[in-house]
Amino acid sequence: MSWRRYLVALPPYAWLALFFLVPFLIVLKISLADQAMGIPPYTPLLADGTLHASGANYQFLASDSLYARAYLNSIWFAASATLGCLLIGYPLAYAIVRAPSRWRNALLLLVILPFWTSFLIRVYAWIGLLKSNGFINNVLIDIGLVHTPLTLLNNSFSVYVGLIYSYLPYMVLPLYAALEKLDPALLEAAADLGCRPSRAFWRVTVPLSMPGIVAGALLVFIPMCGEFVIPDLLGGPSTLMIGHVLWDEFFTNRDWPLAAAVAVAMLVLLVLPMVFLRRYLTGEERA
Amino acid sequence: MTNRLSPFLAVMMLLGFVFLYGPIASVIVYSFNASRLVTVWAGFSTHWYGELMHNEQIKTAAAVSFEIAVMAATGALILGTLAGFVLSRYRRFVGRTVFGALITGPLVMPEVITGLSLLLLFVALEQAIGWPQGRGIPTIVIAHITLGMAYVSVVVEARLSSFDRSLEEAALDLGARPAKVFFVITLPLIAPALVAGWLLAFTLSLDDLVIASFTTGPSATTLPMVIFSSVRLGVSPQINALATILLVVVACAVLIAGRLVARTRRPARA
Repeated sequence: MSWRRYLVALPPYAWLALFFLVPFLIVLKISLADQAMGIPPYTPLLADGTLHASGANYQFLASDSLYARAYLNSIWFAASATLGCLLIGYPLAYAIVRAPSRWRNALLLLVILPFWTSFLIRVYAWIGLLKSNGFINNVLIDIGLVHTPLTLLNNSFSVYVGLIYSYLPYMVLPLYAALEKLDPALLEAAADLGCRPSRAFWRVTVPLSMPGIVAGALLVFIPMCGEFVIPDLLGGPSTLMIGHVLWDEFFTNRDWPLAAAVAVAMLVLLVLPMVFLRRYLTGEERA
Repeated sequence: MTNRLSPFLAVMMLLGFVFLYGPIASVIVYSFNASRLVTVWAGFSTHWYGELMHNEQIKTAAAVSFEIAVMAATGALILGTLAGFVLSRYRRFVGRTVFGALITGPLVMPEVITGLSLLLLFVALEQAIGWPQGRGIPTIVIAHITLGMAYVSVVVEARLSSFDRSLEEAALDLGARPAKVFFVITLPLIAPALVAGWLLAFTLSLDDLVIASFTTGPSATTLPMVIFSSVRLGVSPQINALATILLVVVACAVLIAGRLVARTRRPARA
Protein backbone atom coordinates (compact mmCIF):
# COMPACT_ATOMS: atom_id res chain seq x y z
CA MET A 1 0.00 0.00 0.00
CA SER A 2 1.37 3.38 -0.97
CA TRP A 3 2.08 6.16 1.52
CA ARG A 4 -0.78 8.15 0.00
CA ARG A 5 -3.26 5.52 1.13
CA TYR A 6 -1.94 5.68 4.66
CA LEU A 7 -2.46 9.43 4.48
CA VAL A 8 -6.19 8.85 3.77
CA ALA A 9 -6.53 6.23 6.52
CA LEU A 10 -4.61 8.22 9.11
CA PRO A 11 -7.13 10.92 10.18
CA PRO A 12 -10.02 8.56 11.05
CA TYR A 13 -7.61 6.00 12.49
CA ALA A 14 -5.87 8.53 14.72
CA TRP A 15 -9.20 10.05 15.78
CA LEU A 16 -10.61 6.68 16.82
CA ALA A 17 -7.43 5.67 18.59
CA LEU A 18 -7.44 8.89 20.61
CA PHE A 19 -11.18 9.23 21.29
CA PHE A 20 -12.31 5.60 21.41
CA LEU A 21 -9.41 3.31 22.29
CA VAL A 22 -7.37 5.42 24.72
CA PRO A 23 -10.45 6.36 26.81
CA PHE A 24 -10.98 2.68 27.66
CA LEU A 25 -7.45 2.39 28.97
CA ILE A 26 -8.12 5.42 31.15
CA VAL A 27 -11.38 3.86 32.39
CA LEU A 28 -9.43 0.74 33.28
CA LYS A 29 -6.80 2.82 35.08
CA ILE A 30 -9.30 4.86 37.08
CA SER A 31 -11.30 1.78 38.06
CA LEU A 32 -8.20 0.78 40.06
CA ALA A 33 -8.06 4.10 41.92
CA ASP A 34 -9.95 5.24 45.01
CA GLN A 35 -12.59 7.91 45.37
CA ALA A 36 -11.20 11.17 46.75
CA MET A 37 -12.47 14.61 47.65
CA GLY A 38 -11.33 17.15 45.10
CA ILE A 39 -11.09 17.68 41.39
CA PRO A 40 -10.84 15.19 39.76
CA PRO A 41 -12.49 13.05 42.45
CA TYR A 42 -10.10 10.10 42.40
CA THR A 43 -6.66 9.31 43.73
CA PRO A 44 -3.66 9.32 41.38
CA LEU A 45 -2.43 5.87 40.41
CA LEU A 46 1.20 6.88 40.55
CA ALA A 47 2.23 8.98 43.54
CA ASP A 48 5.67 9.41 45.13
CA GLY A 49 7.05 7.00 42.59
CA THR A 50 4.98 4.05 43.77
CA LEU A 51 1.97 2.35 42.22
CA HIS A 52 -1.29 2.73 44.14
CA ALA A 53 -3.59 0.31 42.37
CA SER A 54 -6.27 -1.58 44.21
CA GLY A 55 -8.97 -3.99 43.25
CA ALA A 56 -11.19 -2.62 46.02
CA ASN A 57 -13.83 -1.35 43.57
CA TYR A 58 -14.14 -4.75 41.97
CA GLN A 59 -14.32 -6.46 45.36
CA PHE A 60 -17.11 -4.07 46.28
CA LEU A 61 -19.00 -4.84 43.05
CA ALA A 62 -18.73 -8.55 43.79
CA SER A 63 -19.71 -8.26 47.46
CA ASP A 64 -22.77 -5.99 47.14
CA SER A 65 -25.64 -7.97 45.65
CA LEU A 66 -27.15 -4.78 44.19
CA TYR A 67 -24.73 -4.90 41.26
CA ALA A 68 -25.22 -8.57 40.45
CA ARG A 69 -28.98 -8.03 40.65
CA ALA A 70 -28.83 -5.02 38.32
CA TYR A 71 -26.66 -6.96 35.88
CA LEU A 72 -28.98 -10.00 35.84
CA ASN A 73 -32.01 -7.71 35.67
CA SER A 74 -30.57 -5.99 32.59
CA ILE A 75 -29.96 -9.30 30.83
CA TRP A 76 -33.45 -10.54 31.72
CA PHE A 77 -35.16 -7.33 30.56
CA ALA A 78 -33.11 -7.15 27.37
CA ALA A 79 -33.63 -10.83 26.53
CA SER A 80 -37.40 -10.66 27.11
CA ALA A 81 -37.72 -7.39 25.19
CA THR A 82 -35.66 -8.86 22.32
CA LEU A 83 -38.15 -11.72 22.18
CA GLY A 84 -40.99 -9.20 22.28
CA CYS A 85 -39.44 -7.25 19.39
CA LEU A 86 -39.21 -10.50 17.45
CA LEU A 87 -42.85 -11.44 18.13
CA ILE A 88 -44.10 -8.04 16.94
CA GLY A 89 -41.44 -7.41 14.31
CA TYR A 90 -41.62 -10.75 12.50
CA PRO A 91 -45.28 -10.52 11.39
CA LEU A 92 -44.67 -6.87 10.49
CA ALA A 93 -41.62 -7.64 8.33
CA TYR A 94 -43.39 -10.68 6.82
CA ALA A 95 -46.44 -8.58 5.94
CA ILE A 96 -44.29 -5.88 4.30
CA VAL A 97 -42.49 -8.48 2.18
CA ARG A 98 -45.86 -9.87 1.04
CA ALA A 99 -47.41 -6.46 0.39
CA PRO A 100 -47.77 -5.28 -3.23
CA SER A 101 -44.32 -4.26 -4.47
CA ARG A 102 -45.28 -0.63 -5.13
CA TRP A 103 -46.14 -0.19 -1.43
CA ARG A 104 -43.07 -1.92 -0.06
CA ASN A 105 -40.66 1.01 -0.03
CA ALA A 106 -43.25 3.32 1.51
CA LEU A 107 -44.07 0.76 4.22
CA LEU A 108 -40.39 0.26 4.96
CA LEU A 109 -39.90 4.02 5.23
CA LEU A 110 -42.81 4.10 7.71
CA VAL A 111 -40.94 1.58 9.88
CA ILE A 112 -37.69 3.57 9.74
CA LEU A 113 -39.19 7.03 10.27
CA PRO A 114 -39.85 6.73 14.03
CA PHE A 115 -36.22 5.64 14.47
CA TRP A 116 -35.12 9.04 13.12
CA THR A 117 -37.35 11.01 15.45
CA SER A 118 -36.25 11.85 18.96
CA PHE A 119 -35.75 8.79 21.14
CA LEU A 120 -36.36 10.83 24.29
CA ILE A 121 -39.69 12.10 22.98
CA ARG A 122 -40.83 8.64 21.95
CA VAL A 123 -40.14 7.36 25.47
CA TYR A 124 -41.81 10.43 26.94
CA ALA A 125 -44.93 9.79 24.85
CA TRP A 126 -45.52 6.54 26.75
CA ILE A 127 -45.67 8.37 30.10
CA GLY A 128 -48.73 10.26 28.88
CA LEU A 129 -50.32 7.04 27.62
CA LEU A 130 -49.55 4.78 30.59
CA LYS A 131 -49.92 6.93 33.71
CA SER A 132 -52.85 6.32 36.05
CA ASN A 133 -54.92 9.18 34.61
CA GLY A 134 -53.40 8.69 31.16
CA PHE A 135 -54.96 7.86 27.81
CA ILE A 136 -55.08 4.06 28.13
CA ASN A 137 -56.57 4.07 31.63
CA ASN A 138 -59.13 6.71 30.61
CA VAL A 139 -60.25 4.59 27.67
CA LEU A 140 -60.42 1.40 29.76
CA ILE A 141 -62.54 3.17 32.39
CA ASP A 142 -64.79 4.84 29.79
CA ILE A 143 -65.69 1.56 28.13
CA GLY A 144 -66.23 0.00 31.56
CA LEU A 145 -63.52 -2.63 31.34
CA VAL A 146 -61.96 -1.56 34.65
CA HIS A 147 -63.25 0.62 37.49
CA THR A 148 -60.02 1.72 39.11
CA PRO A 149 -57.02 2.76 37.01
CA LEU A 150 -54.44 0.02 36.39
CA THR A 151 -50.83 0.58 37.41
CA LEU A 152 -49.14 0.61 34.03
CA LEU A 153 -46.26 3.01 34.70
CA ASN A 154 -43.06 2.74 36.76
CA ASN A 155 -43.03 -1.04 36.81
CA SER A 156 -41.52 -3.78 34.69
CA PHE A 157 -44.46 -3.65 32.25
CA SER A 158 -43.72 -0.07 31.22
CA VAL A 159 -40.00 -0.87 30.88
CA TYR A 160 -40.82 -3.76 28.51
CA VAL A 161 -43.13 -1.52 26.49
CA GLY A 162 -40.47 1.20 26.26
CA LEU A 163 -37.69 -1.21 25.26
CA ILE A 164 -39.77 -3.03 22.63
CA TYR A 165 -41.15 0.20 21.23
CA SER A 166 -37.79 1.96 20.97
CA TYR A 167 -35.89 -0.92 19.38
CA LEU A 168 -38.57 -2.39 17.09
CA PRO A 169 -37.28 -0.69 13.88
CA TYR A 170 -33.79 -2.15 14.45
CA MET A 171 -35.37 -5.62 14.54
CA VAL A 172 -37.69 -5.20 11.54
CA LEU A 173 -34.98 -4.12 9.07
CA PRO A 174 -32.74 -7.24 9.26
CA LEU A 175 -35.85 -9.46 9.33
CA TYR A 176 -37.15 -7.75 6.21
CA ALA A 177 -33.80 -8.13 4.45
CA ALA A 178 -33.74 -11.88 5.24
CA LEU A 179 -37.38 -12.52 4.29
CA GLU A 180 -37.11 -10.56 1.05
CA LYS A 181 -34.39 -12.93 -0.20
CA LEU A 182 -36.53 -16.01 0.39
CA ASP A 183 -37.42 -17.74 -2.88
CA PRO A 184 -41.22 -18.23 -3.19
CA ALA A 185 -40.57 -21.35 -5.27
CA LEU A 186 -39.50 -23.11 -2.06
CA LEU A 187 -42.91 -22.51 -0.49
CA GLU A 188 -44.63 -23.59 -3.70
CA ALA A 189 -42.57 -26.77 -3.71
CA ALA A 190 -43.58 -27.44 -0.09
CA ALA A 191 -47.26 -26.88 -1.00
CA ASP A 192 -47.01 -29.16 -4.05
CA LEU A 193 -45.61 -31.89 -1.85
CA GLY A 194 -48.64 -31.59 0.39
CA CYS A 195 -47.27 -29.42 3.18
CA ARG A 196 -49.83 -27.21 4.91
CA PRO A 197 -48.99 -23.44 4.89
CA SER A 198 -48.52 -23.26 8.67
CA ARG A 199 -46.12 -26.21 8.59
CA ALA A 200 -44.28 -24.72 5.60
CA PHE A 201 -43.90 -21.50 7.57
CA TRP A 202 -42.24 -23.27 10.49
CA ARG A 203 -40.20 -25.72 8.40
CA VAL A 204 -39.13 -23.43 5.51
CA THR A 205 -39.68 -19.72 6.17
CA VAL A 206 -38.48 -19.51 9.77
CA PRO A 207 -35.25 -21.55 9.31
CA LEU A 208 -34.34 -19.61 6.17
CA SER A 209 -34.90 -16.27 7.89
CA MET A 210 -32.69 -17.29 10.84
CA PRO A 211 -29.80 -15.00 9.78
CA GLY A 212 -32.19 -12.04 10.02
CA ILE A 213 -33.46 -13.18 13.42
CA VAL A 214 -29.90 -13.54 14.72
CA ALA A 215 -28.78 -10.20 13.25
CA GLY A 216 -31.79 -8.36 14.67
CA ALA A 217 -31.46 -9.92 18.12
CA LEU A 218 -27.75 -9.13 18.34
CA LEU A 219 -28.38 -5.58 17.15
CA VAL A 220 -30.92 -4.75 19.87
CA PHE A 221 -29.65 -6.81 22.83
CA ILE A 222 -26.51 -4.85 23.90
CA PRO A 223 -27.99 -1.33 23.71
CA MET A 224 -31.06 -2.58 25.59
CA CYS A 225 -28.85 -3.97 28.39
CA GLY A 226 -27.03 -0.65 28.78
CA GLU A 227 -30.18 1.45 28.52
CA PHE A 228 -30.47 4.39 30.90
CA VAL A 229 -33.30 6.61 29.68
CA ILE A 230 -36.02 3.93 29.53
CA PRO A 231 -35.61 2.50 33.08
CA ASP A 232 -35.20 6.04 34.42
CA LEU A 233 -38.34 7.53 32.87
CA LEU A 234 -40.61 4.48 32.68
CA GLY A 235 -39.19 2.20 35.38
CA GLY A 236 -39.53 2.03 39.13
CA PRO A 237 -37.54 0.77 42.11
CA SER A 238 -37.87 -2.84 40.96
CA THR A 239 -36.48 -2.24 37.46
CA LEU A 240 -32.88 -1.39 38.28
CA MET A 241 -30.63 -1.84 35.25
CA ILE A 242 -26.85 -1.75 35.00
CA GLY A 243 -26.64 1.34 32.77
CA HIS A 244 -28.71 3.22 35.33
CA VAL A 245 -26.45 2.01 38.16
CA LEU A 246 -23.39 3.39 36.33
CA TRP A 247 -25.17 6.73 35.83
CA ASP A 248 -26.12 6.91 39.54
CA GLU A 249 -22.62 6.05 40.76
CA PHE A 250 -21.27 8.81 38.57
CA PHE A 251 -23.82 11.63 38.85
CA THR A 252 -25.46 10.99 42.23
CA ASN A 253 -22.70 9.41 44.34
CA ARG A 254 -19.89 11.11 42.40
CA ASP A 255 -17.86 7.92 42.80
CA TRP A 256 -15.94 8.02 39.53
CA PRO A 257 -13.67 5.01 40.22
CA LEU A 258 -16.65 2.80 41.07
CA ALA A 259 -18.50 3.99 37.94
CA ALA A 260 -15.39 3.12 35.94
CA ALA A 261 -15.30 -0.33 37.52
CA VAL A 262 -18.97 -0.86 36.56
CA ALA A 263 -18.09 0.15 32.99
CA VAL A 264 -15.21 -2.34 32.86
CA ALA A 265 -17.43 -5.08 34.29
CA MET A 266 -20.12 -4.32 31.68
CA LEU A 267 -17.51 -4.43 28.94
CA VAL A 268 -16.06 -7.77 30.06
CA LEU A 269 -19.29 -9.53 31.08
CA LEU A 270 -21.63 -8.13 28.45
CA VAL A 271 -20.17 -6.40 25.40
CA LEU A 272 -17.21 -8.67 24.67
CA PRO A 273 -19.20 -11.95 24.96
CA MET A 274 -21.83 -10.53 22.60
CA VAL A 275 -19.19 -9.38 20.10
CA PHE A 276 -17.64 -12.86 20.08
CA LEU A 277 -21.07 -14.48 19.85
CA ARG A 278 -21.88 -12.30 16.86
CA ARG A 279 -18.61 -13.18 15.16
CA TYR A 280 -19.21 -16.88 15.84
CA LEU A 281 -22.82 -16.86 14.59
CA THR A 282 -22.30 -14.71 11.50
CA GLY A 283 -19.06 -16.50 10.63
CA GLU A 284 -20.89 -19.82 10.73
CA GLU A 285 -23.59 -18.58 8.38
CA ARG A 286 -21.07 -17.49 5.80
CA ALA A 287 -19.41 -20.89 5.75
CA MET B 1 -41.78 -13.61 -2.01
CA THR B 2 -44.71 -12.37 -4.05
CA ASN B 3 -47.61 -14.10 -2.39
CA ARG B 4 -50.74 -12.17 -1.48
CA LEU B 5 -51.18 -10.43 1.81
CA SER B 6 -53.56 -12.54 3.90
CA PRO B 7 -56.15 -10.75 6.10
CA PHE B 8 -54.33 -11.98 9.20
CA LEU B 9 -51.04 -10.44 8.04
CA ALA B 10 -52.77 -7.20 7.05
CA VAL B 11 -54.22 -6.91 10.54
CA MET B 12 -50.83 -7.67 12.14
CA MET B 13 -49.23 -5.00 9.98
CA LEU B 14 -51.91 -2.47 10.89
CA LEU B 15 -51.46 -3.22 14.61
CA GLY B 16 -47.69 -2.89 14.21
CA PHE B 17 -48.04 0.56 12.68
CA VAL B 18 -50.60 1.63 15.31
CA PHE B 19 -48.06 0.59 17.95
CA LEU B 20 -45.29 2.57 16.20
CA TYR B 21 -47.30 5.72 15.50
CA GLY B 22 -49.94 5.83 18.26
CA PRO B 23 -47.64 7.32 20.92
CA ILE B 24 -46.22 9.89 18.48
CA ALA B 25 -49.74 10.87 17.40
CA SER B 26 -50.82 11.28 21.02
CA VAL B 27 -47.98 13.76 21.67
CA ILE B 28 -48.98 15.81 18.62
CA VAL B 29 -52.70 15.80 19.47
CA TYR B 30 -52.19 16.82 23.11
CA SER B 31 -49.82 19.62 22.14
CA PHE B 32 -52.93 21.42 20.83
CA ASN B 33 -54.89 20.84 24.04
CA ALA B 34 -56.13 23.97 25.80
CA SER B 35 -55.98 22.36 29.24
CA ARG B 36 -52.89 22.26 31.43
CA LEU B 37 -53.89 18.72 32.40
CA VAL B 38 -52.32 16.84 29.57
CA THR B 39 -54.82 14.00 29.60
CA VAL B 40 -58.10 15.94 29.67
CA TRP B 41 -59.17 17.36 26.33
CA ALA B 42 -60.42 20.94 26.72
CA GLY B 43 -60.55 22.21 23.16
CA PHE B 44 -58.09 23.18 20.44
CA SER B 45 -55.47 25.79 21.27
CA THR B 46 -52.01 26.87 20.16
CA HIS B 47 -51.41 28.39 23.58
CA TRP B 48 -48.48 26.09 24.44
CA TYR B 49 -46.65 26.97 21.25
CA GLY B 50 -46.87 30.65 22.20
CA GLU B 51 -45.60 29.85 25.68
CA LEU B 52 -42.75 27.82 24.19
CA MET B 53 -41.64 30.82 22.13
CA HIS B 54 -41.17 32.77 25.37
CA ASN B 55 -39.25 30.03 27.19
CA GLU B 56 -35.70 31.41 27.17
CA GLN B 57 -34.16 28.26 28.69
CA ILE B 58 -35.52 26.06 25.90
CA LYS B 59 -34.57 28.57 23.18
CA THR B 60 -30.99 28.83 24.44
CA ALA B 61 -30.66 25.05 24.74
CA ALA B 62 -32.09 24.58 21.24
CA ALA B 63 -29.49 27.00 19.85
CA VAL B 64 -26.68 25.15 21.68
CA SER B 65 -27.92 21.77 20.43
CA PHE B 66 -28.23 23.04 16.87
CA GLU B 67 -24.70 24.48 16.91
CA ILE B 68 -23.27 21.22 18.29
CA ALA B 69 -25.22 19.09 15.81
CA VAL B 70 -24.05 21.10 12.77
CA MET B 71 -20.39 20.96 13.82
CA ALA B 72 -20.54 17.30 14.88
CA ALA B 73 -22.32 16.20 11.69
CA THR B 74 -19.81 18.04 9.51
CA GLY B 75 -16.83 16.57 11.37
CA ALA B 76 -18.40 13.12 11.32
CA LEU B 77 -19.06 13.46 7.59
CA ILE B 78 -15.41 14.22 6.78
CA LEU B 79 -13.88 11.56 9.02
CA GLY B 80 -16.63 9.01 8.31
CA THR B 81 -16.26 9.43 4.54
CA LEU B 82 -12.51 8.83 4.79
CA ALA B 83 -13.15 5.78 6.98
CA GLY B 84 -15.83 4.40 4.64
CA PHE B 85 -13.47 4.91 1.72
CA VAL B 86 -10.69 3.06 3.51
CA LEU B 87 -13.01 0.20 4.49
CA SER B 88 -14.41 -0.35 1.01
CA ARG B 89 -11.31 0.29 -1.13
CA TYR B 90 -8.28 -0.80 0.85
CA ARG B 91 -9.00 -4.46 1.30
CA ARG B 92 -5.67 -5.28 2.80
CA PHE B 93 -3.39 -3.17 4.95
CA VAL B 94 -1.59 -3.40 8.25
CA GLY B 95 -4.12 -2.97 11.04
CA ARG B 96 -7.26 -3.33 8.93
CA THR B 97 -8.95 -5.64 11.44
CA VAL B 98 -8.25 -3.20 14.25
CA PHE B 99 -9.53 -0.36 12.07
CA GLY B 100 -12.77 -2.21 11.30
CA ALA B 101 -13.33 -3.03 14.96
CA LEU B 102 -12.60 0.56 16.02
CA ILE B 103 -14.95 2.13 13.50
CA THR B 104 -17.90 -0.11 14.38
CA GLY B 105 -17.11 0.03 18.10
CA PRO B 106 -19.18 3.14 18.86
CA LEU B 107 -22.18 1.46 17.18
CA VAL B 108 -22.32 -1.45 19.63
CA MET B 109 -20.98 0.24 22.77
CA PRO B 110 -23.61 1.15 25.39
CA GLU B 111 -23.87 4.94 25.55
CA VAL B 112 -23.12 5.14 29.27
CA ILE B 113 -19.72 3.52 28.68
CA THR B 114 -18.83 5.74 25.70
CA GLY B 115 -19.86 8.82 27.66
CA LEU B 116 -17.97 7.92 30.82
CA SER B 117 -14.80 6.92 28.97
CA LEU B 118 -14.71 10.14 26.94
CA LEU B 119 -15.25 12.24 30.04
CA LEU B 120 -12.38 10.50 31.83
CA LEU B 121 -10.19 11.10 28.77
CA PHE B 122 -11.01 14.83 28.77
CA VAL B 123 -10.25 15.08 32.49
CA ALA B 124 -6.96 13.21 32.06
CA LEU B 125 -6.00 15.39 29.07
CA GLU B 126 -6.75 18.56 30.99
CA GLN B 127 -4.51 17.38 33.83
CA ALA B 128 -1.73 16.32 31.49
CA ILE B 129 -1.59 19.04 28.82
CA GLY B 130 -4.09 21.66 30.00
CA TRP B 131 -6.54 21.02 27.15
CA PRO B 132 -9.53 21.05 27.03
CA GLN B 133 -9.97 23.73 29.68
CA GLY B 134 -13.20 22.68 31.29
CA ARG B 135 -15.93 20.98 29.34
CA GLY B 136 -18.72 22.31 27.19
CA ILE B 137 -19.61 22.62 23.53
CA PRO B 138 -16.20 21.52 22.12
CA THR B 139 -16.05 18.33 24.18
CA ILE B 140 -19.65 17.37 23.25
CA VAL B 141 -18.79 17.98 19.58
CA ILE B 142 -15.77 15.66 19.82
CA ALA B 143 -17.91 12.96 21.47
CA HIS B 144 -20.64 13.29 18.85
CA ILE B 145 -18.13 13.19 15.97
CA THR B 146 -16.81 9.88 17.33
CA LEU B 147 -20.33 8.44 17.44
CA GLY B 148 -21.52 9.98 14.16
CA MET B 149 -18.52 8.98 12.02
CA ALA B 150 -19.28 5.31 12.67
CA TYR B 151 -22.74 5.74 11.15
CA VAL B 152 -21.45 7.85 8.23
CA SER B 153 -18.77 5.28 7.41
CA VAL B 154 -21.37 2.47 7.25
CA VAL B 155 -23.56 4.49 4.85
CA VAL B 156 -20.61 5.58 2.68
CA GLU B 157 -19.09 2.10 2.57
CA ALA B 158 -22.42 0.62 1.43
CA ARG B 159 -22.69 3.22 -1.34
CA LEU B 160 -19.08 2.79 -2.49
CA SER B 161 -19.31 -0.98 -2.69
CA SER B 162 -22.39 -0.79 -4.96
CA PHE B 163 -20.96 1.68 -7.44
CA ASP B 164 -19.42 1.33 -10.85
CA ARG B 165 -15.63 1.61 -10.62
CA SER B 166 -15.20 1.85 -14.41
CA LEU B 167 -16.03 5.57 -14.28
CA GLU B 168 -13.07 6.16 -11.97
CA GLU B 169 -10.85 3.94 -14.09
CA ALA B 170 -11.84 5.85 -17.23
CA ALA B 171 -10.87 9.14 -15.60
CA LEU B 172 -7.54 7.64 -14.49
CA ASP B 173 -6.91 6.34 -18.03
CA LEU B 174 -7.55 9.82 -19.37
CA GLY B 175 -4.77 11.10 -17.12
CA ALA B 176 -6.58 12.54 -14.11
CA ARG B 177 -4.66 12.34 -10.87
CA PRO B 178 -6.23 10.21 -8.05
CA ALA B 179 -7.10 13.24 -5.94
CA LYS B 180 -8.85 14.88 -8.88
CA VAL B 181 -10.75 11.67 -9.65
CA PHE B 182 -11.95 11.57 -6.06
CA PHE B 183 -13.27 15.13 -6.06
CA VAL B 184 -14.65 15.23 -9.63
CA ILE B 185 -15.99 11.68 -10.09
CA THR B 186 -16.30 9.80 -6.80
CA LEU B 187 -17.61 12.52 -4.53
CA PRO B 188 -20.54 13.61 -6.78
CA LEU B 189 -21.52 9.96 -7.29
CA ILE B 190 -21.71 9.20 -3.58
CA ALA B 191 -23.34 12.58 -2.77
CA PRO B 192 -26.71 11.03 -1.74
CA ALA B 193 -24.94 8.82 0.79
CA LEU B 194 -23.11 11.89 2.09
CA VAL B 195 -26.40 13.77 2.52
CA ALA B 196 -27.96 10.77 4.30
CA GLY B 197 -24.85 10.34 6.48
CA TRP B 198 -24.73 14.00 7.44
CA LEU B 199 -28.43 13.99 8.37
CA LEU B 200 -28.01 10.79 10.37
CA ALA B 201 -25.10 12.25 12.34
CA PHE B 202 -27.04 15.50 12.76
CA THR B 203 -30.16 13.86 14.21
CA LEU B 204 -28.06 11.54 16.42
CA SER B 205 -26.30 14.55 17.90
CA LEU B 206 -29.52 16.54 18.28
CA ASP B 207 -31.12 13.60 20.09
CA ASP B 208 -28.31 12.46 22.38
CA LEU B 209 -28.83 12.80 26.11
CA VAL B 210 -26.48 10.29 27.73
CA ILE B 211 -23.13 11.02 26.05
CA ALA B 212 -23.71 14.78 26.14
CA SER B 213 -24.56 14.65 29.87
CA PHE B 214 -21.23 12.97 30.61
CA THR B 215 -19.07 15.15 28.39
CA THR B 216 -20.60 18.57 29.09
CA GLY B 217 -19.70 21.07 31.76
CA PRO B 218 -21.65 23.81 33.51
CA SER B 219 -21.36 26.07 30.45
CA ALA B 220 -23.42 24.07 27.98
CA THR B 221 -26.92 22.62 28.39
CA THR B 222 -28.38 20.87 25.36
CA LEU B 223 -32.03 20.51 24.41
CA PRO B 224 -32.33 16.82 25.40
CA MET B 225 -30.98 17.71 28.86
CA VAL B 226 -33.69 20.37 29.31
CA ILE B 227 -36.37 17.99 28.02
CA PHE B 228 -35.11 15.19 30.27
CA SER B 229 -35.07 17.25 33.45
CA SER B 230 -38.53 18.65 32.77
CA VAL B 231 -39.94 15.22 31.85
CA ARG B 232 -38.60 13.83 35.12
CA LEU B 233 -40.88 16.31 36.88
CA GLY B 234 -43.89 15.12 34.88
CA VAL B 235 -45.66 15.49 31.56
CA SER B 236 -45.98 19.08 30.42
CA PRO B 237 -47.91 20.53 27.49
CA GLN B 238 -44.95 22.74 26.54
CA ILE B 239 -42.82 19.64 26.01
CA ASN B 240 -45.60 18.24 23.81
CA ALA B 241 -45.46 21.38 21.67
CA LEU B 242 -41.66 21.21 21.47
CA ALA B 243 -41.82 17.52 20.60
CA THR B 244 -44.29 18.22 17.80
CA ILE B 245 -42.01 20.86 16.27
CA LEU B 246 -39.01 18.51 16.45
CA LEU B 247 -41.01 15.63 14.95
CA VAL B 248 -42.17 17.74 12.01
CA VAL B 249 -38.68 19.11 11.32
CA VAL B 250 -37.03 15.68 11.44
CA ALA B 251 -39.78 13.99 9.39
CA CYS B 252 -39.43 16.64 6.65
CA ALA B 253 -35.64 16.33 6.60
CA VAL B 254 -35.79 12.52 6.37
CA LEU B 255 -38.39 12.56 3.60
CA ILE B 256 -36.33 15.03 1.56
CA ALA B 257 -33.16 12.99 2.09
CA GLY B 258 -35.05 9.81 1.20
CA ARG B 259 -36.16 11.41 -2.07
CA LEU B 260 -32.60 12.51 -2.86
CA VAL B 261 -31.17 9.07 -2.21
CA ALA B 262 -33.93 7.29 -4.15
CA ARG B 263 -33.58 9.61 -7.15
CA THR B 264 -29.85 9.10 -7.57
CA ARG B 265 -29.90 5.40 -6.84
CA ARG B 266 -31.97 4.45 -9.91
CA PRO B 267 -29.62 5.62 -12.67
CA ALA B 268 -26.65 4.06 -10.88
CA ARG B 269 -28.23 0.61 -11.15
CA ALA B 270 -29.24 0.89 -14.81
